[in-house]
Amino acid sequence: MPATYEKIATITLGSAAASIDFNSIGSGFTDLRLVLIGKPTTNNASFLFRLNSDSSSLYSYTEIYGDGSSAASYRETNINTGKICHAVSSTYPSMGTLDLFSYAGSTFKTSLATDSSDRNGAGGTVRRIVNLYRSTTAISSITLLLDSGDFASGTTATLYGILKA
Amino acid sequence: MPTTYTLISSNVLTSSQASVTFSAIPADYTDLVIRASIRSDRGAANEVLYVSFNGTGGTSHSYTVLQTNSGSPQSYNGANTDGIAVNVNASTTTSDTFTSFEQYIPSYTVSQSKPTSIFSTTENNAATPNWIATVAGLWRNNSAITSVVLTPLLGSNWVTGSSFYLYGISNA
Repeated sequence: MPATYEKIATITLGSAAASIDFNSIGSGFTDLRLVLIGKPTTNNASFLFRLNSDSSSLYSYTEIYGDGSSAASYRETNINTGKICHAVSSTYPSMGTLDLFSYAGSTFKTSLATDSSDRNGAGGTVRRIVNLYRSTTAISSITLLLDSGDFASGTTATLYGILKA
Repeated sequence: MPTTYTLISSNVLTSSQASVTFSAIPADYTDLVIRASIRSDRGAANEVLYVSFNGTGGTSHSYTVLQTNSGSPQSYNGANTDGIAVNVNASTTTSDTFTSFEQYIPSYTVSQSKPTSIFSTTENNAATPNWIATVAGLWRNNSAITSVVLTPLLGSNWVTGSSFYLYGISNA
């Protein structure tokens, strides 16, 4: 019986790095799930992602978020990355998950991100993000990036494959 | 090949219970997931579920909540608390309706503070609160998580039929 939920790769940073790469992702699964836990080297950095090393403006997202005092929604269109998490603290780790559906299919790629970034008081954030990558190419690589600073040492990212077969 | 997603423990209540504890959690996994179906006997529409790691009585938890019950979404936070809070269903809502609850706890054995994510939903076909909530939680402790306590903060008990499941996720 094939495994339904299977680890593809885990990367734990031994030193700070500007990006984390998952390459040569096979097409043997139905969906992908990424779990990211770590700290940025500067406060208030967003954890982003890029698919197939494609930096063209094919990405967009819509998010709903709360910051502990108010709730709002926001969107970006025609940008060159997707978004997983807004990490508010370089002291406490944040976590994000990204479910990437039908990644090997020939339609545009939709993904759902969950963000959890608390810092014991004002300024934490929690959000849900729907991302769209307007490409029909199967996903074979995922690059994790930030909009400022680096991923701190100890940041861990694990990529799982979900199989419906 | 090791199993990635494994049931560690479950507790399906056959009588009301003041809290549910998962104890002696082994360090054999990478992440933990709690899935639960919850209702409290508090005489109101909502209950506050408190999730506490490695026992209660401390001030090392905190949380940021985003929630709505059909009105405008709202957000609030708690600092230096004894647990991570989220609204769940209580006894004045439609009978037999339970909150669906999921909590993800990554890297629960790693020596660092522990972030966690909660998603909780209730629908009861009524105007009384039907909370849908997501929570960013934090436990500021470097110890491995070995127990989790789920307590109804405002009421007395989780009612019969509430169910709690703890899973381990392994990246080995």
